[in-house]
Amino acid sequence: MNAIPAPLEIHDLTVSFNRKPVLYGIDLCINEGKLVGIIGPNGAGKSTLIKSVMGITKRNGGWVKIFGQSGKRSYKRVGYIPQRESVDWDFPVSVLDVVLMGRYGHLGWFRRIQKKDREIANECLEKVNMSSFANRQIGKLSGGQQQRVFLARALAQESDLYLMDEPFSGVDAVTEKSIINLLRELKSSGKTVVVVHHDLSNAKEYFDELILLNMRLVAHGKTKNVFTKDLLQKTYGGRLAILSEIADESIKQNTKITK
Amino acid sequence: MLIRIIILSLGLLGTIAHAEQISENYNLYEKTTRFFSFSDYSVKLILSGIILMGSGCGLIGSFVVTRKLSLFGDTLSHAVLPGIAVGFICTESKNSFGIILGALIAGFLGVSLISLIRRTTRIHLDSILGLVLSGFYAIGICLLTRIQKLEYGNQSGIDRYLFGQITGLSLSDILIIGISTTLVCLFIFLFYKEMLVTGFDEGFACSIGLPIHLLQYILWVLLSFTVITSLQLVGVILVSALLIIPAATALMITQRMNSLLLCSACLGIIAGVIGCYISFLGNQLPTGPLIVLSSTVIFIIVHLFNPKKGVFFEKFRLRKYRDKISLENTLKAVYQVLEKNHFTQDQINISDLAKRRKVSIAEAQREAKNLVKREYAHVAKKEPSMLPGESILSLTSVGWSNACRIIRNHRLWELYLTNQAHYAPDHVHDDAEKIEHILGDEIVRKIERILSNPRKDPHGKLIPSQQDIDRGFINVHEK
Repeated sequence: MNAIPAPLEIHDLTVSFNRKPVLYGIDLCINEGKLVGIIGPNGAGKSTLIKSVMGITKRNGGWVKIFGQSGKRSYKRVGYIPQRESVDWDFPVSVLDVVLMGRYGHLGWFRRIQKKDREIANECLEKVNMSSFANRQIGKLSGGQQQRVFLARALAQESDLYLMDEPFSGVDAVTEKSIINLLRELKSSGKTVVVVHHDLSNAKEYFDELILLNMRLVAHGKTKNVFTKDLLQKTYGGRLAILSEIADESIKQNTKITK
Repeated sequence: MLIRIIILSLGLLGTIAHAEQISENYNLYEKTTRFFSFSDYSVKLILSGIILMGSGCGLIGSFVVTRKLSLFGDTLSHAVLPGIAVGFICTESKNSFGIILGALIAGFLGVSLISLIRRTTRIHLDSILGLVLSGFYAIGICLLTRIQKLEYGNQSGIDRYLFGQITGLSLSDILIIGISTTLVCLFIFLFYKEMLVTGFDEGFACSIGLPIHLLQYILWVLLSFTVITSLQLVGVILVSALLIIPAATALMITQRMNSLLLCSACLGIIAGVIGCYISFLGNQLPTGPLIVLSSTVIFIIVHLFNPKKGVFFEKFRLRKYRDKISLENTLKAVYQVLEKNHFTQDQINISDLAKRRKVSIAEAQREAKNLVKREYAHVAKKEPSMLPGESILSLTSVGWSNACRIIRNHRLWELYLTNQAHYAPDHVHDDAEKIEHILGDEIVRKIERILSNPRKDPHGKLIPSQQDIDRGFINVHEK
């Protein structure tokens, strides 16, 4: 069974941000063909977890393996959707340009976009119902439309593992439904999808597995097993007091050292 | 804003007038032909320098503006000044190589200082940029003043780095500008898609394994190179304007990165050539400020006359829209007067129209004239001796169908608001007054379908149907 490595394996991952630890020794192993939700309160490190997997945030310790590989080479098999706020919406690119960016990873350096890439990008736009907006400047779309373009870009990456940072934020109910249907389609074609999510009310029906996170990994397992009052309370019921205290203390120490 | 624009344009006009005055002694026409025929060796040299610089600044400026690095470019241009001075002192000549080396080192120091302050303090980036900018500039000015007092300093022309001077540009200067612009072009050609994705979405760029810091660093190096090589043409203070203005102007014209680059480079070249030409006409005028001024004037022209978002066309459109609304309101009033008479007559008095519209007779006459102009109505006096208010207005079939359409839009919208959006009937009129002018056919069809072709509005008034419109004016009597 061990012949096929898991899509995502995280071992003892620790991340700090501005010298303040946000994630402590996370161990995770996500299996193929699952739709997984990451939930937890604000500042629990949900986005940071994904970002550190993609190498956007620096890791302080531990390692990450994607399909058994580590480092930049493994990124090719991952489709990533960043948070909507992290992007410059005034940048002069059209919707199609953005979706084509999904092909850049396959192209590599010095290679121009081919006809085939355009075809794939157009297909992906079609899938999220955004074809008629292809030439629109990206900032002139509504929040839900922007989110759909992001999804199209991720689809264009033709990855096996998808990491999505709050793909439902700023999205109306109808779009949310169409997005979740697309995610389920991805799953049924054997892809693995990990989604940062903050809405507890529908987390239960959306995801096969849940990761409960609050600086530490609180629980990870099948939704019906971990979506319990007990575990949710543990996740949302305030920080682990001593852990936060140490985190604050370590900032002070660090500042002293650099001074 | 407006005042600033006026002052700027007046300033430029003044400069041009001044330039022409001077050149009168030399014959304007002769000078112009001399300039644009490129027969002169020095003109040829200067123009190739200007074109290379304009395109280079325009290209790199596109990245500066879209990445919000404008102040960064400004800081860099000021930070290199001490380097220029030191380079000059060391080589004791205005040998470009020594000066450029000094400038590069100073620029590098400036950038390192910025990131050092940023890492060690909580000061925001804009303040740090301001701090480094003024600090380095002050050092530079001190050194330059010192140089002026040296014996070889007087004829050195080192002050050209402050304000820019085009005369005395040597072939080696042009060569260096050429190299810098070629590097910029090469960079864009090779890394266009990488720069596109890092500019738009850094996180994503990182996630596909791009070395975002390396790319940013290369951009900075090219930026400093462009700034340094452009310095002697436009001067320390204004070089950042060449980075910002053409790209900002281009950004008003286009929304795509590839056309932005092209457009910005062209604008940079145009501004450079115009500025250079004016400077050529008026022998003593400094080139840098003139290039920047031409650039600014182009910006203003584009801002005013851009067909998409230009201020001028926006006003024009707004006025057209206002005229349309006023026309439609007149038509509506005519219909309402006809309706008040239970459609027993097919014509109305201008005075009735004035009463309905709550305007003077003269104003009503003017509105009626507008209807006639559009062939929406006929206006006639029964007898020549009658007062203006007693003129008779009757709608043409086009006018009738348009009047019906407006009334129908208004009443359908009222009904939609009360029935579907649960407004109180006395709340809907004001909203409908605005919406009636913008409801398109498609929306009207939708509302009709939702309300299943109603006949009465919330106030019990008849909604003119499609048949009424088609049947035309005459048949209304039958109702």
